[in-house]
Formats: sequence, C-alpha cells, structure tokens
Amino acid sequence: MWLYEKKLQIPVRVCGPNPRLAKYVITQYGGPEGELSASLRYLNMRYSMPTNKAKGVLTDIGTEELAHMEIVATLVYKLLEGASVDQIKAADLGGHYATHGKALFWQDPNGVPWVAAYVSATGDPVADLHENLAAEQKARAVYENLIRLSDDPEVTNVLRWLREREVVHFQRFGETLMDVQEHMKQKKFY
Amino acid sequence: MDLNAMPQNQLLLQIMQLEFAAVELNLFLDTHPDCQESLAQFNQIHQQLMQCKHAYEQMCGPLINFGFSPNVGNCWRWVETPWPWEIKY
Repeated sequence: MWLYEKKLQIPVRVCGPNPRLAKYVITQYGGPEGELSASLRYLNMRYSMPTNKAKGVLTDIGTEELAHMEIVATLVYKLLEGASVDQIKAADLGGHYATHGKALFWQDPNGVPWVAAYVSATGDPVADLHENLAAEQKARAVYENLIRLSDDPEVTNVLRWLREREVVHFQRFGETLMDVQEHMKQKKFY
Repeated sequence: MDLNAMPQNQLLLQIMQLEFAAVELNLFLDTHPDCQESLAQFNQIHQQLMQCKHAYEQMCGPLINFGFSPNVGNCWRWVETPWPWEIKY
C-alpha cells in the first residue's frame, strides 16, 4: 500500500521558462540513471532480500525516490511553463513538442524512451546491492553533469539537494551490503 | 510560535523541513536500529511534525489521501487544494 502526500519533499522554484534546461533535466525523469529507474529498481528488489534490514532500506529508499521523481517532474513542468513554441524550437525541443506537447514523458534528453532493461535484478542479494551502489554513484555523476549544464540558480539548488541524497543512499546501501554479507556468512547449511 | 497563526506557505515549509529530518532519521535507523540518540530525535520530530500537519490540515485541507487526513468543512477539499507542482514557493 502506498499513500500520496500532497506536497513536494522540498520546494521547487525556477527563475523562468527554460526549455533547453528542461530537455537536459528530463534525463533524471526517464533516463537510465533517473528517479523512475531508481525507484522501480529498489522496490522490485525487496522480494529477494534475505534480511528485514535490507527489505526496510529498499522500501524506504525506493519510496523516497518516488518523491524525487515528482521533484524532477516539477522542474520540467515549471521550466516549460510559459515557454513559447519559438523558444521550444530554439531549444531543440521541437521533436518532443511534436509528439508530447508540454506533457512529460519517460525519456532521456535525446528522446530515447525509458525501458525496463535499465533496471537489473539477479536475485543474488550481494550482486543486487552492488548494483544499487553503482546506481547511486551514476545518478550522482548525472546530477553533477546537470549542475554544470544549469544556467538557473534555483534549479541548481534543487539539483544539488538531489545529488546529496544519492550520496546518503549510497551510504545506507553500503551498510546494508555489509549486514547482508554478515548474515550470509553466519548462515548454517546442513 | 502559534502554528495556527503561521501563513500557509511557511507552515508547509516547516512541514517539509520536519519531514525531511524524519526521512533522514528513518533511513539512518534502518541500518542503525539501536542508536538511542536517533531514536529519541525521531520521536521528537514525529511529535512536532504531527502538530504542524494537524494545524496545516485544519487550515488548508488534507495532506494525505485515503483516510489519513481529515476533511475539514462541508465540501471535499482533497481535489481543490493546489497540486504540489503548481505551487509558487
């Protein structure tokens, strides 16, 4: 069961319409290292985890990632709000506009749609937790790329906060991995 | 401070701050379940958060769907209050 809370996790402001930045930021919505991938990866992995701690961490981080997806969606929504078709064309977002208008879509900046193959699940808890550690690092790297691309200080603030969350999640997954390895070492086979 | 006298936006920001602290403590406690200091902080934040949410929901409408928030007044407020992505902070 999930509940929806009618608020963002943090306030999201933008300085004004900026379709070019929207085009870049959407990679964290529907790109390979985006928040949809993150959330689904973790929530899907819960079922093959051996410890309650690992199930808890995956549930809670997977749920927080859904809130981050809403933050990224809000960035894109606000950056497109009030943008003229000429601005959209000038930002090389005309292809998106032709198919989707100002709607959001699960895609990367080049229009490549989200696919389930972005998410991995082997059923091996050690391998899967390593996958998550890598995913958090890759997401951190993408946020740093976006921060370098951003020309809107309000957007940069949000990107910096999201980047910081990747670092915290990496830390928690690292602790979870050590705990799972400890658990597997102690397991008795007869 | 009197929560009922706070402007709506300020109260919402306060809720965001408290809830973020709660999320962070929650994740930390997932992997450090015996940390007494964090447990105490978590429960303290929970109390403050519930007070702020109660004040907000009385004034501005429900925060959570499916029966976890009251509907104050004689019309259904869930669909009327602003959607998060539309709010100008």
